[in-house]
Amino acid sequence: MRNLTHLRIHEKGIIKGFTDEVLSVKLMEMGCLPGTEVSLELIAPFGDPIAIEVAGYQLSLRKIEASSILLEEV
Amino acid sequence: MSIKNDLKIALVGNPNSGKSTLFNLLTGLKQKTGNFPGVTVDKKSGRMKLPDGKQAELIDLPGTYSIYPKTLDEQIVQEVLLDADHDQHPDMVIVVADASNLKRNLLLFTQIRDLNMPMVLVLNMMDVAERRQLKIDLRGLSIDLGVKIIPTNSHTGAGVEVLKNVLAQPLVKSKKPFYQVKGLAEKTIEDIKSEFSLDEDYRAYQYAQQNVRLKFLPESEKERIETIKKENGFYDVPTQSQETLGRYALISDIVDRNIKQSTEGNKATLSQRIDRITTHKVFGYVIFLSLLMLIFQSIFAWAEGPMDLIEAGLAGFSDWVKGALPEGVVNDLVTDGIIAGLAGVLVFIPQIAILFGFISLLEESGYMSRAVFLMDRVMRNFGLNGKSVVPLVSGMACAIPAIMATRNIDNWKDRLITIFVTPFMSCSARLPVYTLLIALVVPDDYVFGLFNLKGLVLTALYLLGFFAAILSAWAMKFILKTKHKGYFIMELPGYKVPQWKNVGLTIFEKSKTFVVEAGKVIIAISILLWVLASYGFSDNFKNAESNVRQELPTNASEEEYNIALNAYKLEHSLAGSFGKVIEPAIEPLGYDWKIGIALITSFAAREVFVGTMSTIYSIGADEDDELTIKEKLSKEINPKTGKPMYTMALGFSLMVFYAFAMQCMSTVAVVYRETKGWKWPLIQVVYMTAVAYLSALLTYNIFS
Repeated sequence: MRNLTHLRIHEKGIIKGFTDEVLSVKLMEMGCLPGTEVSLELIAPFGDPIAIEVAGYQLSLRKIEASSILLEEV
Repeated sequence: MSIKNDLKIALVGNPNSGKSTLFNLLTGLKQKTGNFPGVTVDKKSGRMKLPDGKQAELIDLPGTYSIYPKTLDEQIVQEVLLDADHDQHPDMVIVVADASNLKRNLLLFTQIRDLNMPMVLVLNMMDVAERRQLKIDLRGLSIDLGVKIIPTNSHTGAGVEVLKNVLAQPLVKSKKPFYQVKGLAEKTIEDIKSEFSLDEDYRAYQYAQQNVRLKFLPESEKERIETIKKENGFYDVPTQSQETLGRYALISDIVDRNIKQSTEGNKATLSQRIDRITTHKVFGYVIFLSLLMLIFQSIFAWAEGPMDLIEAGLAGFSDWVKGALPEGVVNDLVTDGIIAGLAGVLVFIPQIAILFGFISLLEESGYMSRAVFLMDRVMRNFGLNGKSVVPLVSGMACAIPAIMATRNIDNWKDRLITIFVTPFMSCSARLPVYTLLIALVVPDDYVFGLFNLKGLVLTALYLLGFFAAILSAWAMKFILKTKHKGYFIMELPGYKVPQWKNVGLTIFEKSKTFVVEAGKVIIAISILLWVLASYGFSDNFKNAESNVRQELPTNASEEEYNIALNAYKLEHSLAGSFGKVIEPAIEPLGYDWKIGIALITSFAAREVFVGTMSTIYSIGADEDDELTIKEKLSKEINPKTGKPMYTMALGFSLMVFYAFAMQCMSTVAVVYRETKGWKWPLIQVVYMTAVAYLSALLTYNIFS
């Protein structure tokens, strides 16, 4: 399944769901809600962590956390 | 205590919402930092006068994204708001929201609103919202959210007076909750409401969600809630996600109705362009390292002058007191015990002020979170976390504020490892020890005709500390087991021009915390050490005067006599006896009982080593500078070998010992406070002393 780590830089995607329930609560509080558009904005050197643009601001998270955010198939 | 406050107001909001700036605007210098009872979370509060003449206490609660806490700091927000008997429980709440990012900011607002407390919503950063061309219908928003809204701009201070006026008026509580939580767990909520006689559904629901975490509930009540939850099939996490989704759906409607963006902002903003450089795989690290070098340089270069002034000032004060008070025990206690201890604390203020000035600048500007972002992957290899960077760097100035700065690491294991290894970083108190020993044993040669050998040794000592920290962290990664799964979900706020007032207040507040918190311990230890060094039970100590008279030639001056007497007394004092007791243990490292005394006394703080050595080698107070100590030490002859005592082997062995040993009572005290127990500070002392001892032993044997 496609998840957030599959995005290329500046590519957009729509959040579909989460694979980790506990983490999803925190992510939703931070504005990552199903149906929200996100775009991959920054990738740290060594490929991790990454930063996404969501709900009008930038959020950084580790790759392992990003992989728990599933995206709509294109 | 002194002035009675008429009401308590709490300031709540997301991190980066400008909450602290607003707090500073409302209270100015009338702030104080303390602790919330029972926890080590800083409590920032201040007084302000309302237009109707009433005094209010404003409490700046830690920034949080929701009422569900993820860190220790956030936990306090929920405690204060949910526990009506908490002594910080407010009469009124100001929720601060970033107007340019309203949806996410309103989540916390709606949660607090449903606790049904008198409240007002401040829309801060209206300037940023305008720049993003957001048209906000304040009236419509106010009606939809059911709350009074005050727009402010904390850069210019616009809106602050209006806010004060509103706070002076009685605030109405809304009649019905924003979000009907009852639908999620009707029976559970009803049961808890009747059990605890609560009025609000959301309050009861929070009891169900957070019963384990609520400290104010006794065990029996927590269990009662647990039973109610079981009976009704209430599951925390799924219910919480439904709540969050439900709230966001309502918020989203309201925000879309009342906020219009006139043009689509699709071009890269300035922040994004800066990010491309600051997180670049080459420039990112270059910028980060340059900033570190700058901070490091400034701490040494700029702090020197003020530090000399403070030292000279206190020395003068001590002399004055010595003259003003009648000679005797009280005089000695005040000058050699208390004032000496005070000097040991105050002398660090310049370095702490500079360090926190820089840290505050980096945080204010928004750069700090980029540094964390950049370093996370690298630090993770060593069991640390991007957020460990700040404490480790701060540790080069002083471990005390550095350990205090670990609080924003939300993962307990990462935080503990950071606390554990930070004292290895070479702090400024080691510098006097290093300088003296380097001057003593390292020749003034140049390597490749370019690098000064003394400078190279100093650099090597700093690197030694750094690698000890990193390697210990790496080892701890495998030893420590935790159940907690940490995460690293962090907002990267937009870049901002730092506000000098905030920077200034941070410097002021951190320096004050250091003086008060560390000062207590340092002065106490300093008095204890004074007692150890001034009293003895042996006959030699009692007959010191006559013994010294006999030893000295008859034509010795009064001053020579006094100097010799001091040295003699120290040798036969309690501290001197301890030095002799531990001599067999430190002999393999090349040390004698004199160094033993210095090791014991410098457990208060490393730099005490220099002062103790000068007393032992009976150097008069007037010539108490490094040069004379250096001369005396270089003339010292080892009684066993007949050669100079301070060889390169001994010098290096001592330097390595001081690089690794936990010779700092204040750090021990801070670790105790931060880890809430003696377990970790004790393990740390034992571990660091063991590393220091073994490394010094190895060094001594390599060089001799």
